[in-house]
Amino acid sequence: MSYVTKGGKEYICIMQVHCEFDRDELSRIILSFKGEIYQRPPVRSSVKRRLRIRTIYDIEVLDIEDKLVLLRVNSDSGTYMRKLCHDIGIIYGCGAHMRELRRIKSGIFTEYTNLVKLHELSEAIYMYKMCKDESDLRKVLMPMELATCGIPKVLIEDTAVNALAYGAPLAIPGIVAYQKFAQNQKIAILTLKGELVAIGTATHDSSELQKAKKGIIASLDRVFMQRDIYPKAWKKHER
Amino acid sequence: MKLDEFIYKIDNFCGYKNNWTIIKDSESSDKYGYYPEKRPIEIYIRNSIINLDKPPGPTSHEVAYWVKKMLGVNKAGHGGTLEP
Repeated sequence: MSYVTKGGKEYICIMQVHCEFDRDELSRIILSFKGEIYQRPPVRSSVKRRLRIRTIYDIEVLDIEDKLVLLRVNSDSGTYMRKLCHDIGIIYGCGAHMRELRRIKSGIFTEYTNLVKLHELSEAIYMYKMCKDESDLRKVLMPMELATCGIPKVLIEDTAVNALAYGAPLAIPGIVAYQKFAQNQKIAILTLKGELVAIGTATHDSSELQKAKKGIIASLDRVFMQRDIYPKAWKKHER
Repeated sequence: MKLDEFIYKIDNFCGYKNNWTIIKDSESSDKYGYYPEKRPIEIYIRNSIINLDKPPGPTSHEVAYWVKKMLGVNKAGHGGTLEP
């Protein structure tokens, strides 16, 4: 899941300023938050409250009405919008707070990537459970493999799958195809059918695959493939 | 050798571009595993993502719990809270 959650975020947020304000002056202050900022997580938070550096990649004033300011913010994961609004208020001088917040993007997932409402999900599940019609549910679900979009991938042959399911590191001979990757980069390891076997960390550059015929190319961080779905193909040592 | 269409679908999902280099020919047997989009529904449910539009009010944890109960699964997580 963290491969999804660590991606950049985008928010639409309503900020209420605690006084009449000068639009240009406030807009100038808001834009000055673009770049690296310091934030201490709020009292009510689930992470350790130490000063952190986060990056605001983009911040835009979409609309202003009375004391309300509509903002679009593109930031690192772990940036508190409530804190951002509060800090903008402090710099302006009269205070501000966040009124409403909607996240419109988390990593590769946006409002346009098959977003479903709770009642749509509930209806799809009803159709599946009560009417034995799984077609709506299939439209709502996305294969977990889509979450590996954005990182290099390698495909491995059937006989190499089960060893990884048992935790063995990725060996060069099992690889059928690959996308270029660098040493220490996260990679996704898939079967030829496209099933996620594991997420790993490359121990060498992918250029190694052109040179070496054997050896280890990646260690595993997390295994997704269940054991014994694919055949056992490694040799057993005689005892 | 041609890669399965779903492999390309993954990268198209977020517009990721990184060319594939094919080292050798190999085919996957239908005897093992499933093509991700053709998994039987019970297995699909356990290996999928739902991009859920959480309404204001209930917390992410509450919504994740409801979804777990509705689907009858015991493992389900959510992709982060707005204000943890």
